[in-house]
Order: sequence, then structure tokens, then C-alpha cells
Amino acid sequence: MIHYNRFVLDNGLRVLVHEDHSTPMAVLNILYDVGARDENPAQTGFAHLFEHLMFGGSVNIPDYDEPLQRAGGENNAYTTNDLTNYYCQLPAENLETAFWLESDRMLSLAFSEKSLAVQKKVVCEEFKEHYINKPYGDVWHKMRELAYKTHPYRWQTIGKELSHIENAHIDDVKNFFFKHYRPVNAIMVVAGHVDLENVKRLAEKWFGSIPMGDKYDRKLPQEPRQTEARHSDIYANVPLDAFVRTWHMDARLQKGYYVMDLATEILGGGGSSRLFQSLVKEKQLFSNLDCYHFGSTDKGLVAIEGKLVKGVKMEDAAHALDEEIEKIQANKVSDLELQKVKNKTESVISFEDMGVMSRANSLAMYELLGDAEMMNTELERYHEITTEEILQECKEVFRKDNSNTLFYYSK
Amino acid sequence: MTLNRKSAPEIVDAVNMKLQLKPYEHFTLDNGVPVYTIDAGAQEVLLVEWVFYAGNWYEEKNIVAATTNFMLKNGTAKRKAFAINEHFEFHGAYLNRSCYNETATITLHCLAKKLPELLPVVAELMTECIFPEEELAIYKQNQKQRLEVNLKKCDFIANRLIDEYIYGFHHPYGKYTSTLDYEQLQRDELMEFYKRFYKEGKCLVFVAGKPPADIAEQLNKNFGHLTLNGKVMPEITYNIATAETKKYNVINDAEGVQGAIRIGRPFFNRHHPDFQKVQVLNNIFGGFFGSRLMSNIREDKGYTYGIHSYLQNHIHNSAWMISTEAGRDVCEATVEEVYKEMNILREELVDDEELDLVRNYMIGSLLGDLDGPFQIIARWKNYILNGLTDEYFYSSIKTVQSVTPEEIQTLAKKYLVPEEFYELVVV
Repeated sequence: MIHYNRFVLDNGLRVLVHEDHSTPMAVLNILYDVGARDENPAQTGFAHLFEHLMFGGSVNIPDYDEPLQRAGGENNAYTTNDLTNYYCQLPAENLETAFWLESDRMLSLAFSEKSLAVQKKVVCEEFKEHYINKPYGDVWHKMRELAYKTHPYRWQTIGKELSHIENAHIDDVKNFFFKHYRPVNAIMVVAGHVDLENVKRLAEKWFGSIPMGDKYDRKLPQEPRQTEARHSDIYANVPLDAFVRTWHMDARLQKGYYVMDLATEILGGGGSSRLFQSLVKEKQLFSNLDCYHFGSTDKGLVAIEGKLVKGVKMEDAAHALDEEIEKIQANKVSDLELQKVKNKTESVISFEDMGVMSRANSLAMYELLGDAEMMNTELERYHEITTEEILQECKEVFRKDNSNTLFYYSK
Repeated sequence: MTLNRKSAPEIVDAVNMKLQLKPYEHFTLDNGVPVYTIDAGAQEVLLVEWVFYAGNWYEEKNIVAATTNFMLKNGTAKRKAFAINEHFEFHGAYLNRSCYNETATITLHCLAKKLPELLPVVAELMTECIFPEEELAIYKQNQKQRLEVNLKKCDFIANRLIDEYIYGFHHPYGKYTSTLDYEQLQRDELMEFYKRFYKEGKCLVFVAGKPPADIAEQLNKNFGHLTLNGKVMPEITYNIATAETKKYNVINDAEGVQGAIRIGRPFFNRHHPDFQKVQVLNNIFGGFFGSRLMSNIREDKGYTYGIHSYLQNHIHNSAWMISTEAGRDVCEATVEEVYKEMNILREELVDDEELDLVRNYMIGSLLGDLDGPFQIIARWKNYILNGLTDEYFYSSIKTVQSVTPEEIQTLAKKYLVPEEFYELVVV
């Protein structure tokens, strides 16, 4: 059970406070309700590039990192398709330094041309390092384009192409900031060795005067129901053939999300999972195989991907996988399998909740989804799932005409 | 009153904060196996780690130690691989194993209440593994494939080669694996290694989280009667054979758009009197986000997504390493800037402002690192395996607080000498 308090400033900034006095540290986490899905299709990768620019100086403070490090703090940030999250941790005595820094960059950035020019290069190197210069680095670029025709999940957070990043202009940066980085679109969590009354005072002092901004009204084109299986063959300079297939699944708050979370564990979570046992160990068609889902806020994807054992034909591997999928669509999973993945889920949640940083992050995420209290009720939603529900959900999701397949061949 | 946003709030210098390393509880099982425990944290979770002196230091043939360690979960006289996995997963537990140079580990993460179901099976893995031929065949095939993919990556190649230059291929820190090594593995070699270094090996146990009240009884019941810690470990020494050539350029992928750069020199282990002070120098140089390498090469020039320097975490010897992946067309310029930064550290005194910042950052980050039982036990484990005590912890804090700009410059002159570095770019 995670205890917290919640209040809202007049400018709409939502604040959650989670006290934990067993640590000497404090965490300040700010989540902005903007991700790669909110980008213009001609300017993909912008939300993530923007995250880099948040460290390039704000209106009154030339450098973000240095004063934080001087106060004994560390920080980082990440961007996903759904959101952007910034977090720092520092000795609790110096909490106000974090308020000072974070409030100034919410007030306004410095919009430095030099920072933009350098970070464009840095992000291009990040793009190359992870998506171009690695074998199979473009798999998800290709898969997203195959699986999504309408929804902006069709591109990755890093962006569709280097040129989108290279072409970013300082005016785009300003517009993006004043549209998305306003108090009314942000959630702040303060956690650790902190005191509620003091946090209220500091929040009012540093954030209270920042103009509210307009609530961002997200009107994303939703992906229509897929009615025909899609397939694409790719030939690349890689040593092994790889197989990737995805299916559309429920959005984060729908029941089907939780059911599919357990189903993917039964299929591919760990050494006693169905796919690993059947296709890697017994039939030896794949040298590795993973089954997971993307955890997206809007309707996301379930994925199965693996590399084929040399000499195995792609069609044979795909056929054996189909058989496993047909099995889970035809018969209920065993009670033992269901109990196993519920036990694993309980464990995972306990381990995640160990660190104060991770708790702060979870509170912000659940608040964004609509209610921070979900952090305390999540496990119940898993516990009530039945084998019958897993059967029905697998029938619905793993339909052939809901599938997207890449045969990724070694050239 | 208007808010002055230009001036920073008062801070308490982290460098003056009182840091304490929570002491461990210690007991010994009937067979002499030492157990170190840290009881802290709110969640009912537990980490138990068995450390064996069974790293590649002790193998006579390449990859035998790592394979033995990997296959601990692949079959015992009583259970097949599937049943072993299912047992741990059913109880929501994670059983991992890892092989390092000197040591190899088995690590259990679980809810504390599940311990009685799990410990007997862990004991089984330490005594009754049979290394089935068919499991070994699958392992060889899949590892060879994984290696083939890794060999396409410039960073993977660079990490292997730079260690080879610094330690020599016949040193455990410098050797690496080929497809042929996998093909030549024999089951009886694993059985033999298992018997000597696990069943009759030397073991230490680390426990952290919320241990149940009867943790000592539980461990003793399951592990106290095993034939561990009875034999003297073999004394094995290796000679370091550094390469003669210092500079290398390797083209691994003609189409590559980035190069993996590694610049490294041999260095001493933690017992050397300069080690702790050099840690401060290293932080200034390339040890954190605000370091000089990062500020110059990423934040000013944009040549890379990240650049770091660090001292390798080995027990016997170490190396001081600079590591980055940079755009192919700016690799040369990146290398040049690294040497420029070394030169500045040799030529100029670090000013107080920068040194204060690094001191505060290092202490603050240490404070953050001690947050939670798993982090505390990890630090203790590192000390114990390196033959250190908490005296090391307190003396390193003292060093961070008191090292002078002059001492830092002296160390830079002594160690940041370009001629002593091996330099490698892999495209």
C-alpha cells in the first residue's frame, strides 16, 4: 500500500507527495503529458529531441545540470510514444534546488540556438547508435509502419528519419514548449524524506506563478480495426533470419490489457513459458524467442519475435508458432499456468515498489492515466482474471486478420 | 515579495553530510560457509546470492566456467530444465546465474514468504546437476548464433579487442570466445568443473531485504551440510602480456555509420594507494554527465550520444578506459579531443569551483547508491570479494572531501600519459 497526498495548484499543476522517511534522499519527478504520438507526421522525433533541449538552459538559469550536481543530485529523463518524464534525486536537505530548477524550465526555456544545433547532432548519433548501426536496428521502424496506418504510433520515439531531426527549427521548439510544457499539462510527484506542508509551500512558491497554459486537447486519429493479415519481407545484412509478428490489443485501461499482460507471460515469460519450451527447446526452430506487449496508453501491440536456428525455413517456424497460437485459442490455459503468472505479477509489483524513484514514477503514470490510486488497486485487477477470459481474449486478439508479420531475411 | 529566480536556494554541501554504511550481520553455516545479511527496507522481498570462486580464472579451457554456470538450471538428477524453471516461476521467484572472472553466482529474488519452497531446489542445483547432452547441444547452437549477431556490432568487437591489448589473450581479463570454443566443449569438462568449483567449491552467501527470523536455520538446513569450503582453492596466477602496438583501426562493417572508440591503459587494483584519488580525477575527466569529456565532446561538439571514462571493476588488476561510439566522420576528431582533455588535466590545476562540484556530486551519488538493502549488500559484496572492509568506504569519503587540486594534477601527470594508452577505433 503506497500512501500519498494530492493537491492541485491554481494553475492546474497536479502535485502528489509520497513521504518515505527511511531514505535520506528526495525525488522530484515531473511528467509532461506529451509523447511521440503528439507529433506532426512531418516532424517525427521532436518530443524526444525536445527532451534533450530541456537541459540546454532555462530563462533564468543557464545550466540545469551543474547546480543540481553541486547540490549532490542526479537526474535523467525519458520520452515514450505516450509521455515525457523528468526525474531527479538529491539529498533531502537540498530539495528546494530541484524546485528552483524544475520551475524555471517550466516557466520558460532559454531557447538557445547553440543548444539546438548541438542536440540535433547528439540525437542523430543516438539514432545511428541504436537504429542504424545495429543489426536488426530497423525492425520496429518497419513493423510500426506495417501495423499502424492511421494512429501516430506508426513511428518510433526516435523519429522516422534523420532529416526530421536535422530540420528542426527554433520556432518549432518554442511552439512545442508553450503548447505542451504548461502546468495544466504536467504532473509533479515529490517523494522520499520530504514533508507535505513543506512541499505545499515550495510548490506554491516556485510553481504557483507560472501561467496555466491551455489544456492540450488530444484528438488523435484512432486506428481502425484491422481486417486483413499484413505481411512484409525484408532482406538485410544480418547473420540470421528473424521472425516478428504483432497483433493489435486493448488500450491501457481496458480489461483486455490486463488479460493480455498475463497471456503474454504464459506464452513467453521465462524458461517455463509455452513458446520457449516448445519452439526453442523441443522443436529447436528458434534460437531465442520473446513474447511481450508494448504497454501503450492507446491501443497497443502484442509482439512475438525470434531468430531462427540456421537451416530452419521461415515458413516452418511460422507454422509451428501458429500451432501454439491455435492451442491457446482453442483450450483454456491450466489453472497452474494462470496461478504462476499471477504470482509473478505480484512479485514484480513488490520489486518495482522498492525504490523511492520507481514509486514516484509509478504515481505520476497512474495519475496521468486518470487516478494515482490505481497504483494500489492494480494487483486486484490481475487477481480477478479467469482462464475463460484469457481464452476469449486470445481468440479475439490473435486473429489472423489482426496480424502483422515481418520475415526478416539474412541477405 | 517577488521571487528571485536567478539565484540558487541555499544548499547544504553534500560533501559534509554524514554517510554511513549500514553494517552487515554475519554468521557461519555448519560447513564454514559465511553468510552476510542486510535487513532493511519495507517490502517483503528478498535477495539471496551464492558466490562461488568459479569464474573463468579457474578454467583450463575457454568458456567452460561460463557454460557450467549457465547450465546450472538445465537439469538435475531429479528435475528437467523445464521443471526447474517452472518451480521458481510458479513461486514468483527469479533465479539467475552469472559468470565473472574470479567468481560465478547464483542469485535468487523472491518474496520472503516463499523461501522454504525455493531453497531446497537451489541446493539441488549445487549438488545434483547432470548437464544433459541434449541441453548442451541446444546451448552451443544458440550461443554460436548469438555470438554471430554480436560480432556484427562495433562496440562488441571493440570491447573484446581492447581487453586483449591490455591484458593479453591468455589472461582471464583479456580472452574471449570463438565459435570453435563452443564446438569443442565437452560434457565431462563441465561435470569436472562443477564438481571441483561448485560441489566442493568455495562459497559465500549474501542476503538482503527483509529476511525471515529463521533465515540462519533455513540456510543451515539446506546448505550447512554440503561439501562446500572444505578444500583449499588452487593458487592460479596469470601473467599480463600487453600488446606491443598501441594504435589500432579495425573495419568490421564497411557500411558502418559510427565507430566504437576505446582508449585504455593498464591500472592497479583497489589496494593501490592512488586508486581512490584517481577515482576523483576520473570523475572530473569522464566519470559523470558533467565531466569534461561529456561537456566537450557531447554537449559542445555533438560528436556522440555519450562518452565515459571509468576504472574497470576487476579484483586483480584494472584498466582505465575511455569509451564512446561516435559518428564515423568524427572519430578521429573525438580521439584528438580526448587527448586534449588529458593534456589540460596535466597542464592546469582544477579550479575550486569544479572540484567542489565533483566532490558534492560524488558524495550525493554515494548517498543515493546506499538507498535500499540490495544496494547496500552489493557494496558490501564488492568490498568483501576485494578483501576490503568498511574502512575503505570511510577513507574513500575522506579522499573525496580532502583531495587537493595539486594532488589531482600530479596524478594526471603520472597516469594520463597518452603514450601509455592503447587506442582502438572499430567501424
